[in-house]
Amino acid sequence: MITNFKQEDIITLAIETSCDETSASILKNGREVLSNIINSQIEQHKKFGGVVPEVASRRHIENINDVIEEALTVADVSFADLTHVGVTHGPGLVGALLVGLSAAKAIAFAREIPLNGVNHIEGHIYANFIEHKQLGPPFISLVVSGGHTHLVYMEDYGKYEVLGRTRDDAAGEAFDKIARALGLGYPGGPQIDRIAKEGNPDAIVFPKAYLEEGSYDFSFSGLKSAVLNYLNTQKMKGLDISTADVAAGFQKAIVDILIEKTIKCALEKGANRVVLAGGVAANSSLREQLRTECEKNNIDLKYPPLHLCTDNAAMIGCLAYYNYIRGLRSSLDLNAISNLKMGDNY
Amino acid sequence: MKLLAIDTSSLTATVALLDGDRLIGEYTLNHKMNHSQKLMPMIEELLNSCNTKPGEIDVFAVSLGPGSFTGLRIGIATMAAMAQALDKNVVGVPTLEALAYNLFNIKGLICPIIDAQKDLVYTALYQWTDGNMVEIMEQQVIKIDKLISMLKEKSEKIFFIGDALERFSSNLEDGLGQQFAVPPFKFLIPSASSVAGVARIKLEKGIKTDIIPIYMRKSEAEVQYEKRMKGSE
Ligand SMILES: [Zn+2]
Repeated sequence: MITNFKQEDIITLAIETSCDETSASILKNGREVLSNIINSQIEQHKKFGGVVPEVASRRHIENINDVIEEALTVADVSFADLTHVGVTHGPGLVGALLVGLSAAKAIAFAREIPLNGVNHIEGHIYANFIEHKQLGPPFISLVVSGGHTHLVYMEDYGKYEVLGRTRDDAAGEAFDKIARALGLGYPGGPQIDRIAKEGNPDAIVFPKAYLEEGSYDFSFSGLKSAVLNYLNTQKMKGLDISTADVAAGFQKAIVDILIEKTIKCALEKGANRVVLAGGVAANSSLREQLRTECEKNNIDLKYPPLHLCTDNAAMIGCLAYYNYIRGLRSSLDLNAISNLKMGDNY
Repeated sequence: MKLLAIDTSSLTATVALLDGDRLIGEYTLNHKMNHSQKLMPMIEELLNSCNTKPGEIDVFAVSLGPGSFTGLRIGIATMAAMAQALDKNVVGVPTLEALAYNLFNIKGLICPIIDAQKDLVYTALYQWTDGNMVEIMEQQVIKIDKLISMLKEKSEKIFFIGDALERFSSNLEDGLGQQFAVPPFKFLIPSASSVAGVARIKLEKGIKTDIIPIYMRKSEAEVQYEKRMKGSE
């Protein structure tokens, strides 16, 4: 059999189905992405105003084999070339996770190669390793997306300390809810980012929850209620609502608190590097202002390109590669875990 | 020709390996709904015990439903991906047909009933004629009372199998009296060797099925959405 690779090359097939993207990727030696196919279900969920778990699972099972096939074709890789299989097994929607996990286990078993089940949130951080070839730990990472808001100290590959997490809504979730209240549609993040550019962020000041002194946790439910209350009050008084100003004020409140806590955390930990990750890392205001604040404090900032911010299998493959070379293996009874915590799978 | 068959449409997890027309192994668990943890180890154990490598399997057969949505997806994702990774064929078998095949060549009618929650069942009606299993009522999701009144019009004995029997056996017995019959327990639950049996018939006849779950029901969100749309017309 003719193969395109050196014998020592590690070829990863990675699968990601934790939410509403069916994705498969082929990577060479962890950081070189040969293909990264993402089948997004955004259109299917739009009419419901958010991701419906059963609808997502149904789409995953219809798409998974085609997405895997395409990933192999684009990478010009055959099943026989694969070294191991990486897959997200949590956190996420259980029914959705199970489709990708079942397929990954089956492929690993059929081809008699190892399986590496990995944590999705951790995967978001690894999107940075794909883009920035020299980047490595230690650093502080801010992971923000529709499902998670985490402030993490990554000391080494596979070695994390979770310093803060959201106590209620994830940042992205708050974006979606406020976008819906403003009639901006789904998904909310990009819509608010876009319209906030036309608004004055200081026109309406919404409260920020700092929580108790020294805490790196987040809370966005108070902010969300404050925005909804404002909208209600204006409506009841028959006053005009400037959608752009509300979006700008709301976004500023979220971005400010994310940045303040991240910088404070980096300074206290003595970390001279911050790594941004997750779907909300695509937010232009967050990127720009975090860059400014990092420069002020002599902190190096890295973030992934837009196409690696959203859920994708390449980041899962990169993480699975590092777990593989560290000698980690998952067994065939690996389960999907909706609330999998970072560090739980070791 | 080696054929690996599974059924994970209900509480039962069942895997079977055929070599030609010989059943060389079958494992069945009827204990707990944890297919995601149990299915692959069961397949691995079965193949190991039968000294068979995954690459030696020529055909994969999977039960398509109706049944537990998640269970179906675990089974289908597993078998479709194995077949894909080995460049082999996968045959889909309707669960109700596979259940009816448990009662090969029996005299009378066969009525598999699968739990569809509330007072509903997934069901169909089959009859063996000249060694062929003929579908005399197409698969559907129906209220148990409605099914009973439809079956009352038949004169034959009716054999019931499937997981909804546990919940509705007294309703059926009250409604159907002498017509009501239940075979011994080993015939009541899905069996992967029956999935394999139906798959072999489909292969012989060249019948191709899409390898996607047979849900027979829309998702709850879809139902609610359609209601809202109707309301706003
Ligand atoms: Zn994510």
